[in-house]
Amino acid sequence: MKALVLERNVARFAASRVSSLLGSGRGAGIGPLQLLDAVHPDVPSDEWFPLRPLLSGICGSDLATLDGRSSRYFEDMVSFPFVPGHEVVGVLDEGGTDHAGRRMEPGARAVIEPVLGCVPRGIRPPCPRCAEGHTGLCGNVAFGDLEPGLQTGFCADTGGGWSQAGLVAHASQLHAVPESLSDEDAVMIEPTACGVHAVLSAGIADGDTVAVVGAGTLGLAVVAALDHLVRPVTPCTVMVGAKHPLQRGLAGSLGADTVVAPDQLARAVRRRSGSLVLAGRLVDGADVVFDCVGSSDSLTQSLAMVKARGKVVMVGMPGKVSIDLAPLWHRELSVVGAYAYGSESIPPGAEPRRSFELAIDLVAAAGLGSLVSAAYPLERYEEAIGHAGAAGRRGATKVVFDLRTSKGTTR
Amino acid sequence: MSPRPGFVLDVDRSTPPTLFWHGERFSLERLPEGSRVIYAPEPLDPLADPSAAIRSALTHPVGDRDPLPALLRPGMTLTIAFDDISLPLPPMERPDIRQMVIEQVLDMAAEAGVDDVALIVALALHRRMTEAELRHALGDRIYDAFAPNGLLTQHDAEDPEALVHLGLTEQGEDVEINRRAAESDLLVYVNINLVAMDGGHKSVATGLASYKSLRHHHNPKTMQQSRSFMDQHRSELHSSNWRMGRLIADSGVTVFQIETTLNNDTFPSTFGFLQKREWEWGARDRLGYLAASKALDRTPPRLARQIFQSVKAPHRMTSVQAGEVEAVHALTTEHVWQQQGVSVDGQTDILTMGLPYISPYNVNSILNPILVACLGLGYFFNLYRGKPLVREGGVLIMSHPTPWEFNPVHHPSYIDFFEQVLTETTDPVEVAEGFEESFATDPWYIHLYRTGHAYHGVHPFYMWYWCAHALQHLGAVIVVGGDGPAVHRLGFRSASTLADALEMAQDVVGRSPSLTHLHTPPILMADVQ
Repeated sequence: MKALVLERNVARFAASRVSSLLGSGRGAGIGPLQLLDAVHPDVPSDEWFPLRPLLSGICGSDLATLDGRSSRYFEDMVSFPFVPGHEVVGVLDEGGTDHAGRRMEPGARAVIEPVLGCVPRGIRPPCPRCAEGHTGLCGNVAFGDLEPGLQTGFCADTGGGWSQAGLVAHASQLHAVPESLSDEDAVMIEPTACGVHAVLSAGIADGDTVAVVGAGTLGLAVVAALDHLVRPVTPCTVMVGAKHPLQRGLAGSLGADTVVAPDQLARAVRRRSGSLVLAGRLVDGADVVFDCVGSSDSLTQSLAMVKARGKVVMVGMPGKVSIDLAPLWHRELSVVGAYAYGSESIPPGAEPRRSFELAIDLVAAAGLGSLVSAAYPLERYEEAIGHAGAAGRRGATKVVFDLRTSKGTTR
Repeated sequence: MSPRPGFVLDVDRSTPPTLFWHGERFSLERLPEGSRVIYAPEPLDPLADPSAAIRSALTHPVGDRDPLPALLRPGMTLTIAFDDISLPLPPMERPDIRQMVIEQVLDMAAEAGVDDVALIVALALHRRMTEAELRHALGDRIYDAFAPNGLLTQHDAEDPEALVHLGLTEQGEDVEINRRAAESDLLVYVNINLVAMDGGHKSVATGLASYKSLRHHHNPKTMQQSRSFMDQHRSELHSSNWRMGRLIADSGVTVFQIETTLNNDTFPSTFGFLQKREWEWGARDRLGYLAASKALDRTPPRLARQIFQSVKAPHRMTSVQAGEVEAVHALTTEHVWQQQGVSVDGQTDILTMGLPYISPYNVNSILNPILVACLGLGYFFNLYRGKPLVREGGVLIMSHPTPWEFNPVHHPSYIDFFEQVLTETTDPVEVAEGFEESFATDPWYIHLYRTGHAYHGVHPFYMWYWCAHALQHLGAVIVVGGDGPAVHRLGFRSASTLADALEMAQDVVGRSPSLTHLHTPPILMADVQ
């Protein structure tokens, strides 16, 4: 059995970074990722269960890590060597217990909520953030019983989804996959949960104009979450800037009111609001902008199209960006992050539910499994990562590893 | 030797290839045998002494109007309005006709002791002219005398204080025009009549009007009912303007209309071959064509555009008449037809045309895709009297690169129209009903129109309405050599070559279609029997 393992190797990271200048994922073959014989991680305690991956997605943060583009901020929150893969649907061959303490039979399918907060780390009592269910905000991701790792897939102790041998998951991380969901649906739950969390933490109000910059997996998850979770109780207009034709089609089918090319989004928002333009920025632009790209360009664009005192939500993982903050100061803008998932209440004040639970329902309702465009066996990891790095351009959305077969599929 | 009239050539085996404009480039295309090519009349002889002719016109007006000197008196308010940058095309060599006419009007006003004189650019919803453009049109002497004192202004259709509502026509059309013009003791309008559509009551009723007024005739219904808008007597556009013009007159506004016509000597000697019929090209013309086309093929589009924008036309004045609006315009129209009219026998299945780099709305700017559509389907298609050159259900083939490119300073609302309206619908009626008002009242467009050099927010709609008659009439529109996505956004078909376009056209009009090529510019008007 094989696994893709990422080792701390400065030379390989450097080579990968150089190659990635030609395009994200182009350095997979010479970078720090290697296909090695898989070693099944030890099971830390009886609260942990082996999970055999079926599908495991390639995320933008994975690509950033492989390209050597990740922020050095994360250096203390990972432990090497690790097996990437935090978007995982797998099988509990020996059964297990889910996050709510429910028994899961052997052979049951599960997805993992990969954040490694206080509870998986054996830290008792948990920190206030974890106690409130906001595990994504846990500050103990480098402490406790496990090696550092903010999520499964970045931790040396847990293994990750890009492994035929499997990983270990804490009960608090496990969510049962309903029978009605396909494996493709299930592997979309994790990125969908990110979209759910971003949307529900944005404070969208009735009649708001909401702009979404970028329509990759996260952008589309945001659009779907807006349409299914926000609009039924809080009507708003959703406008999306999508680079590629397939993305534009998907954004429209998922409920966006307006879908345009990225360079047209600010103009479309301006037209809707009838705003004047001052210093290249909309005076009365969007109420909320979701930046689902995380680059200097996308953040600059987002700040230019949000109204005064509006909010830009960073959904895509940003790195080091260079940006003029004068307009942020002058226009009293808010830039907030939306990392991972947590505990959500719809409507506000209602009984909280995990972002993952809402995401499971959303994936089913919006048919997000269809966003899985290609599945590769681990052995073809260079192709897979190259495909994921050029997903939009190549007419794809989510590229995954298929651990069920050695052949893989392309939709 | 007197200039030769327009001519319809029947293409046979011995006919040389025909010149097609293609934006800032040209090509020579071999048309199928049996095709027809319509050539404009040769340039009429200009007035031998234009200054004397102007003076004569001002002192011997036509219609129910006293000579201009008799209308001028000390203490009166005099406003001189004049056509904007959209006329003539290309901009003419100095001195511009406007300068020549206005200088004489001002001399007469000075002789009469008129102190309160103001000049207004009658730009309607067009962009404001730049200082350089105003200096070119008026000359430095007039500009320097009036502009620094705020006496040379550009009509602002969005300034409520500067507008006055004169009433409703019998058909309920609002007539709202420039207050200074309306409240002056005398309004002198200086027109350049490039095509038969220009002038007459349209000068004041459109050039000095507000959106509230213009919307009554600048709409799809009016344009579809104008067959064509180049033929005043079958043009609902003109009927509406005439109703408004008469209401303006009945409101007590005294208009002294001065209209001028030009010959169609359109291009300087460097491009002399553009004025000639191909079989009459001499060695110099062939060399000129080869040199120009080869050089332009190697020139980046932006530079080629700059080269053409520097072209000034050697147009010369062929007539000037002044007095009461309708009497003046009747004479003007005769002169226009004398220069541009070509008798054509019957319609055609396929009409081809090469579109040049310039239209009324992109002087010193970019001919964006919407203006390409307007130039072909709005202007050139409508250059007829009687019947359209192409039969109903026929095909229009036009050659132009149609780049997906806009001037953001001049055409900001065009960009949004192209991106946000044409993606929804290309039907002029749906466009009007669904989007016009929001563009017309968009405060950003209004701001740019009033303070910058932007066409009004509603202007791209008017360009699209200009196409309405052609869109209703034609079976298909094919653009040769255009940018595919831009052409498709317009709702047209795209072909790489003329041969491909003709093949595609046969799917619409059948095998062995008749074909006519409109060889313009120079501008011509087809009198289709």
